[in-house]
Amino acid sequence: MGLLSIENARLRFGGIVALDDVSLDVAEGTIAGLIGPNGAGKTTAFNVITRLYRLESGDVVFDGRSLRRTPPSRVVQLGIARTFQNVELFPTMTVLENVLVGAHAHARFRRESDLRRSALETLEYVGIERYAHRPATGLPFGTLKRVELARALAASPRLLLLDEPAGGLNHEEVQELGAFIRRLRDELRLTVLLVEHHMNLVMQVSDHVHVLNFGRVIASGPPAEVQRNPKVIEAYLGGDLSSAESAHPVSSAGETA
Amino acid sequence: MKPSAVGLATTVVAGAVLALLPFALSSYHQGLAAQVGVYFIAILGLNILTGYSGQISIGHGAFMAIGGYTTAIMSRDHRTNLILTMLMALAICFVLGLVVGLPALRLSGVYLALATFALAVSVPQLPLKFSTFLGGSNGVQSAETVTHRWLYGASWTAAAILFVLAWLLLRGRTGRAFRAIRDSEIAATSSGVRLPIYKTLAFGVSAAYAGVAGSLYVLGTNGFAQPNEFGVLLSLQILVGAAVAGLGSLWGVLAGAAFVGLLPTISKDVPLVGSAHGQDVVFGLIVVLVMLLLPQGFAGFLARLARLRAARPASDRP
Repeated sequence: MGLLSIENARLRFGGIVALDDVSLDVAEGTIAGLIGPNGAGKTTAFNVITRLYRLESGDVVFDGRSLRRTPPSRVVQLGIARTFQNVELFPTMTVLENVLVGAHAHARFRRESDLRRSALETLEYVGIERYAHRPATGLPFGTLKRVELARALAASPRLLLLDEPAGGLNHEEVQELGAFIRRLRDELRLTVLLVEHHMNLVMQVSDHVHVLNFGRVIASGPPAEVQRNPKVIEAYLGGDLSSAESAHPVSSAGETA
Repeated sequence: MKPSAVGLATTVVAGAVLALLPFALSSYHQGLAAQVGVYFIAILGLNILTGYSGQISIGHGAFMAIGGYTTAIMSRDHRTNLILTMLMALAICFVLGLVVGLPALRLSGVYLALATFALAVSVPQLPLKFSTFLGGSNGVQSAETVTHRWLYGASWTAAAILFVLAWLLLRGRTGRAFRAIRDSEIAATSSGVRLPIYKTLAFGVSAAYAGVAGSLYVLGTNGFAQPNEFGVLLSLQILVGAAVAGLGSLWGVLAGAAFVGLLPTISKDVPLVGSAHGQDVVFGLIVVLVMLLLPQGFAGFLARLARLRAARPASDRP
């Protein structure tokens, strides 16, 4: 069993099944990709792992421990940090302060100056230290995404959930991001679960790819194998994407929540 | 808020002025200045709740009433030392603030405003219901009364202490957690900020400040705690003061306190419209004007000044 397992997760919004008996496993020290058409339940899966949504049945197990009774604010303390698809920053605070909030869970007995120093180091690691004292608003979307990444890293997680980190990036930046995510795995020994629409990026960096469609896992395996899977090709090319979106209005609303 | 040389200098100057002021003022003006101190404490407390943690309250007059009655009753029944009654008001209101903060966890925005408004309406009615203990509409008279100079010293000493405590509370992890909740509850939770704890804590601290303010407020009315004194208007005045101060900043509080503490008196002397009823009209008009001209309050005005000053040398840089 991996560092994170979702076991037979089931969740409905009204009459719509957002997650239908989803099981997947993320091995420690690997990068796992989670892909699927819009409304497939990817962000819902993130919200389930971080306990923002409650499962009807099934379980999420992190490091051998069930999260069924974990309050959402405890999740990060256990070692799971995340970013958000549409960026959830603290806009009235500076970039540095945003990162400091990320360190909230283990900041209780540390000196403020100490915390600031490591927050600045985190910003430097992500490459945005020059924005440290700027308000976390009005910066380019790609930069804001990096602020979120820095905030998540400040929590010193073991598992990092990245929700579309390539959003708003150009081709070159996506390449850099791919290299950066691998560095997170190799240098910081992080386990990464990556939701991304940018297929090249997912296939390049992932050790393992899970494919969701209509709340179900339709394929799971190494990138090369998943790419050849007829069901996956069907889900992406055969199905009518616009009808797939409108069939899941609630779960896509949940993605922005 | 960064601890800067400017901030320190301002504190020192403000402290010196406040310490020397009573020697330059008549007894009447000492009383007025003491009243500004009382508003300062109440607005500071509301600023912690509304400005920092983002929870609105139109009910802080209720906590002031509880603090004020605590002082009057303890003095009447036990002749307790007045300073001690302030500490009791602080403690009682802190606990009651936590209690009010718990149901407030399920409310936000307009709904929280209405719920706290209900508090402001109902608490001053309690003395009428329990008139033997709380004195009914006649109020409660404390055993001791104080001079204006005593009141001035007590209110500004309390204000200074509470200001420093607020600064200590807000400058680090707790203040950041408050502001994180105000900005995005989801992101705050995901960063490990426990919403119930910080939201109720903000309510408790804020109510405790209002309690001390209420205690001093009663001493300012010759130790006489009366239901009328703590009507809805008081709650609104504190909210207006906090808006003038600018939410989320400690420095604007002084301006907000001076505004609600002095303006009613000043507007009474405005020719033509002044006098007994006209003063409310003048007060209202000025509030509207200030909100139009300084939508971010006095704190926002200061921030804009700071930005202007910072922009000049920056334009010289390559």
